[in-house]
Amino acid sequence: MSLRRPAKDQPESFEFNASSLEAAKVIVTKYPEGKQQSAVMALLYIAQKQNNNWIPLAAMKYIAKFLDMPYIKVYEVATFYTMYNLAPVGKYFVQVCTTTPCMIRGANKLVEACKEKISENECELSNDKSCSWMEVECLGACVNAPMMQINDDYYEDLDKQKTLDILDKILNGETPKPGSYRGRVNNEPENNRKTLMDLKNA
Amino acid sequence: MLKDQDRIFQNLYNDKGSDVSSSQERGDWVNTKEITDKGRDWIINEIKESQLRGRGGAGFPTGLKWSFAPKEVGSRPHYLVINGDESEPGTCKDRDILRFEPHKLIEGCLIASYAVQAHVCYIYIRGEYFVDGQKLQAAIDEAYEKKLLGKNAAGTGWDLDIYIHYGAGAYICGEETALLESIEGKKGQPRLKPPFPALIGLYGCPTIINNVETIAVVPTILRRGGKWFASLGREKNTGTKIFCISGNVNNPCNVEEEMNIPLKELIEVHAGGVIGGWDNLQAVIPGGSSMPLIPKEKCETLTMDFDSLMAEKSGLGTAGIVVINKDQDIIKCMARIARFYKHESCGQCTPCREGSGWMWRMLERMAKGDATKDEVEMLGDVTNQIAGHTICAFGEGSSWPVQGLLRHFKKEIEKRNNLDPIVQKKNNIPYLVDQHLLDKKNA
Repeated sequence: MSLRRPAKDQPESFEFNASSLEAAKVIVTKYPEGKQQSAVMALLYIAQKQNNNWIPLAAMKYIAKFLDMPYIKVYEVATFYTMYNLAPVGKYFVQVCTTTPCMIRGANKLVEACKEKISENECELSNDKSCSWMEVECLGACVNAPMMQINDDYYEDLDKQKTLDILDKILNGETPKPGSYRGRVNNEPENNRKTLMDLKNA
Repeated sequence: MLKDQDRIFQNLYNDKGSDVSSSQERGDWVNTKEITDKGRDWIINEIKESQLRGRGGAGFPTGLKWSFAPKEVGSRPHYLVINGDESEPGTCKDRDILRFEPHKLIEGCLIASYAVQAHVCYIYIRGEYFVDGQKLQAAIDEAYEKKLLGKNAAGTGWDLDIYIHYGAGAYICGEETALLESIEGKKGQPRLKPPFPALIGLYGCPTIINNVETIAVVPTILRRGGKWFASLGREKNTGTKIFCISGNVNNPCNVEEEMNIPLKELIEVHAGGVIGGWDNLQAVIPGGSSMPLIPKEKCETLTMDFDSLMAEKSGLGTAGIVVINKDQDIIKCMARIARFYKHESCGQCTPCREGSGWMWRMLERMAKGDATKDEVEMLGDVTNQIAGHTICAFGEGSSWPVQGLLRHFKKEIEKRNNLDPIVQKKNNIPYLVDQHLLDKKNA
């Protein structure tokens, strides 16, 4: 299990803004009547997006009321799933995959780059408070290893220099282009494709 | 090598688009009505005849699973749930289906829903695949627009709604009952089975749960016939499979190949060989991190299917092949996998919650050479205390890789960890629980 704690400094209150409220109402309709509790995961995402990438306790209370369920049930969900950030992570949240398939292709170099550029320790905001990084478990892009995720986007086929370049960009407030950084097309074997050649050459 | 026309996922590398019209060129959504008109029994029989086994890891026969759904819809509606919570280290096949072949999946959902009489289908996608999920959502929206979903979907007379539910970074939600808990808006902690989800599943209703790849191959099987699918591979291990080859190879890639293909061919032909040459190979994890590794000697002749890997005391799992060469420290690699399982245990069963951390800490020390001689045996003992003593298969999944390491690389561990035991056993009295107290007194 992973150890997860809510942040010490919590805002007093939280409320969905108009666009969040609309999105939340649409999501509740996806589930059968009386089963609105199912929407809790999606609503936590909406709260996280609205609140600068993290979920305060007030948001959990708000969502509990919104879905007519006990607060502790929302708290349970928010603390169980690791993608809900319970403390501020900054505008750019960098997650470096370091599980074995990435590790043996040099994920530790990516971690070094993050330490140099962002902060010495993981889950610690950079000096300008704009980003933070952490090591995460397998992100499911193993044939593109080593890789990292910044907010929603995957950055694949990296090495230390490329990671430093990407981090420079986000520290300047830019959003770098996601995808492979060795110019390969999706998950095909680089320069070694032996299958579906008719389609490739068509 | 499998002929190109026998590959189901023609757009695996996104050479063509993933929209409806280019999918139709590849044969999706063509005459879907003709398939459903042949009836439920025909569909289920054809899938049984194809001997399709679930692609999510356990390899359960799909046709058989579908036949468990109640024949008549009672007071409770039926549900179809698609498991796209792909989190097994070494596996990234479903992601390519979600983003490049979404219509194979959506059409498969329609046919499967018809077969098990579900009007609502939930596709559970891991939260990290948000961008890929958005691509699937766009495909679903387009399908609604073209009347391929919704009321009288694709002219079949069957109503179907598909919704995406995003996970939020919990590996355990790939376990089917944990996935259901997660859709219900709870912590993803697996349920006891029985009752099986086919009878009591989502919201207490009959629910059929299939992997993304399993459902995506269904339309093609029904179009080309179960016999065609069964003619590929070998008995009980039929058809094609997307293999993900990662780790120390020159060209890591996803490739669709026939079942029972030699491992060496996959690595040498498709993935461009092991970095440093075949002789530099140390071991291979054949089916995602929870399957025990296989040392080089056996990789020479190994073929990749469910039963032949079972014979090697490993398994095909999700067919995520992780190649580890001799430049890597094999104990460190396994310690990292143990850390993964320690992190992902849901915490419900004590043997798994405590044992997964125990295995990780021991392996970390063993990688550094800080363990004592007797701990090697103890590690094996810990794995046996976990496997089989938990609600779900996570217990096996977390202890098998360690057992595989002990089976094939015990000498390596013993060579590195040569410290004397901290507690010296002087007397070995059976049935005495407080052996350590006795040892202390005599010390």
